[in-house]
Parts: sequence; C-alpha cells; structure tokens
Amino acid sequence: MELPTRLPPDRLITVKRTIFVLALLPLLRLVVLGFNEDLGANPVEFVIRSNGTWTLTFLLITLGITPLRKITGMNWLLSLRRMLGLYAFFYAVLHFLSYVWLDQWFDWGAIVKDVAKHRYVLVGFAAFLCLIPLAATSTNAMMRRLGRNWQTLHRLVYLIGVLGATHYWWLVKKDLTQPLIYGAVLILLLGYRLLTKVQRTSIA
Amino acid sequence: MQTAGLGLIASAGLASGLVQAANVQPQARRKLAPIVKGPYATDEKPTPYADVTTYNNFYEFGTDKSDPSRNAGTIRTRPWTVSVEGDVKRAKRISLDDLLKLAPLEERIYRMRCVEGWSMVIPWVGFPLARLIEWAEPTGNARYVEFISLADPDQMPGVRVPVLDWPYTEGLRLDEARHPLAILAVGLYGETLPDQNGAPLRLVVPWKYGFKGIKSIVSLRFTEKMPVSSWMRANSREYGFYSNVNPEVDHPRWSQATERRIGEGGLFNRRRKTLMFNGYADQVGQLYAGMDLRKYF
Repeated sequence: MELPTRLPPDRLITVKRTIFVLALLPLLRLVVLGFNEDLGANPVEFVIRSNGTWTLTFLLITLGITPLRKITGMNWLLSLRRMLGLYAFFYAVLHFLSYVWLDQWFDWGAIVKDVAKHRYVLVGFAAFLCLIPLAATSTNAMMRRLGRNWQTLHRLVYLIGVLGATHYWWLVKKDLTQPLIYGAVLILLLGYRLLTKVQRTSIA
Repeated sequence: MQTAGLGLIASAGLASGLVQAANVQPQARRKLAPIVKGPYATDEKPTPYADVTTYNNFYEFGTDKSDPSRNAGTIRTRPWTVSVEGDVKRAKRISLDDLLKLAPLEERIYRMRCVEGWSMVIPWVGFPLARLIEWAEPTGNARYVEFISLADPDQMPGVRVPVLDWPYTEGLRLDEARHPLAILAVGLYGETLPDQNGAPLRLVVPWKYGFKGIKSIVSLRFTEKMPVSSWMRANSREYGFYSNVNPEVDHPRWSQATERRIGEGGLFNRRRKTLMFNGYADQVGQLYAGMDLRKYF
C-alpha cells in the first residue's frame, strides 16, 4: 500500500479533530476517576504523575513526527505537530498546576525551596519554563515574525525532552524501568536527527 | 494506561507472576482473638482498610504500589518458621504458632511514615519484639539484630527482578529492638495480616521510616557488627542504618518536612508537618541522646 504524501483537506481536518479529541482522554479520565473517587489511596500523587507522564508522552510523540514523516514520506504529518506540541504544553501546565496547587497549596516559600534544593524538581521546572516560549510562538503570525529564528528557538524542544526525561529519572526511588523506557525512546528520536545531520554533512 | 502498565511490567520480567496471580483465590480474612488493647495508641483516625491494603511498598511483588495487593496471594504463609541465629543462647527455628505463645496479642494503633512523604494510621495486631528477644537470650556479644525476609522467586514474582539485592534485610540496634514500641505484627484491623502487608509476620517500628518495617520475616540474626540493610546496599547516600523519621534531615532528593496522610480529603488533602521521630520523640528520644542525627540518618 502506498502511503499518502498529502491528504485531501477534508480528510486532514477529520484526522486533526480525531487527534484533538483523543488527546483530551487522559484529562477526561482524571475527571471521571475524580468524580467517582477512584483515584486510589493517594489521589494527589496520581493526578501529578498522570499529567507528568502524559506531558512526556506528548513530547515524544511530537518529536516523533519528523522522523516518521521522513521515513514514510507522509508529509501531511507535519500539520499535526503544532497541536501535539501544544498538548505537551497543556499537560505540562496541568502537571505544574497540580504540583503548586494540590501538592504545595501555593506555599511559595516551600515551592522556591523545593526547586532550589531538589535537582529533580529543578530540571522539571526548567523544562516547564523552556516550554513557555515555544507555546507562545506557536502561532502562524509568530512563525512569520520570527522567520529563520523560529526554528532556532524551537530546537529548545530537544533540551526540554532531555530535561523532562531526567526529571522522571531523578525522582524515581529505585525501579528505573519506566524512566528508562521514556529515555530510550528519546535517545532514539534524537539519535535519528543526529544521524541524518551527519549524513547530510558528509554528502555536502 | 492499564494495558501500557501491564506491558511495562511484563517487560520487567513479571509477566508469569501476574498470570499466576490471576489464578490465586482471594485471601480469606480471619479474625484474630483474643486481642488486648496495647499502649501508645494514637487517637488519630485510622486509615481506611482499603487504602492500607492496596497502597503498599513490597517490591518482592512488584514496584508499583498496587502490585502487592494484586500479586501477593502467591505467598504461602503456613506453615511458617522463623530461624533465630547468631549470638543467642537459643539459636533455633521457631514456628509461627510457638511465636504466638510468647506473648498475648495486642492492638497497637500507630502512625506509619513512609520515606516517600506519605503516612497512614494503622491498627496493628502484634506483640513486643522484646518478648522474642527475651526468649532467644542474646549473649553478651549481641549488639544488633538483623532481620531477613523470605525471597522465593516461586512465591514472589518481584524477586526475579534484581531491583534490590534479595533477600530484603533490615537491622536494629539491640536497644532499639527491645524498645516497647517495637512490635512484630501478625495482623491489622483485628484480622490476620493481609499478604501484601507482610504476612505472616512483619516488623513495626513506628518512629522509623516505613521501609524499616521488614515484611514476611524468616530469620533474625543477632550480631556484634552493624548489619547492612538492603536499602543501604542499594544507595548508602540516601538510606542510612537508623532511618529515624526526622523532618529536619531531608532525603537527598526530596524534603522530609511534610507528609500527606493517606485516605483523608481526597484531591484536596493538604500536607501536614512531619513530627520528630514520627511523634514518638518522648518515647524513643533517649535512645539517640548525644548522637548527630545528620550523620547517623
């Protein structure tokens, strides 16, 4: 079967709408479980962890678009990337909010101390800060205004991926299985870019 | 999420354990009697039974908090014997039934503070560890007690994964072990100990972080030298021998100043301040008089 390079506009809209709704399911799940008081023995931890892992998941999916597009030739995938990246930001905001609100109850003194003293909090917070300019410059107008600089700025996403995976790695008490899986996927996705870059340079 | 979680666990080598666990009969809940009211009871509200028995750290059955309640049914808790070894006059094996004759069962309602920053209030059923020590008659050489858990890969799927150096071991100084707060628990909520909570016999030392409360104990070894616990072996920078609850000494990676009480307030459950020695400073403070608790964490 030939993979389509382009999609007709109506089909692309259907795909986009479907993904838009699917990407809301992790949040919907929390809301449903929350109303049914089914978030387990430690609901606050459950909500924070869920939003955190979904942030990482959407980051990795976003980083997967370019390799997938290049390998399959499905160029239309590119038009999904902004939405997926914004969903990573969306879940990062929920993750951050659930930390400052549900975990710390806006105790800013404790939050500042937590960020400064604990390296896993620090790298997570740094990743969150880096996401903000990317979300802010995600509109078409900003892309036009920034021109070539837009791409340079958005390379920050590689750093964000590394910081995010490190955040998970450093918070785990002992069993590193889950952070290692996220880390391995990240290395694969960044490694692909490095490889294609090296190939391009050697050809040129 | 559930499927993804299962996939990850399977990749960690636990698949067969889960399949086995699916065939396990639900545990029979059996009333323990008679039980006398023991001292030191907190009047705080006990954590609901459902939370105490589904939110567990018992890595022998998997590292997720929900793993033990799903997988622990494979452990065979009868017959059960405990081997008493080392610098004691009575170095021998004692059956669980004989252990239970050493002292009447008491209810002890204790706070439990996990090193991860959460806490519970648990109505344990057990007897003072001191009674077993009296029975064993340590010699003059004995200064420490080392505890050892069961580590049978056939009964404990998590043991097939080298997440810790099995068997799980813990230790106490002899005077800590003799302290009247320290108990060996065989039940909670007036019933036999659920498998996921460390059946049939576990240590409870409420002024220390929860991981000191070693589960499914098969051996007590009296020694002259300080034993090295599993968590010390895993990361000696983060976990020390004493592991007393101390809000002023942070875990290297997170704060210990506050804790979240499980089973209270749902999503809007605010953290509370952690108390020195988990609120048992009046009882155990003198054990550590003059010690630098930052150094001996």
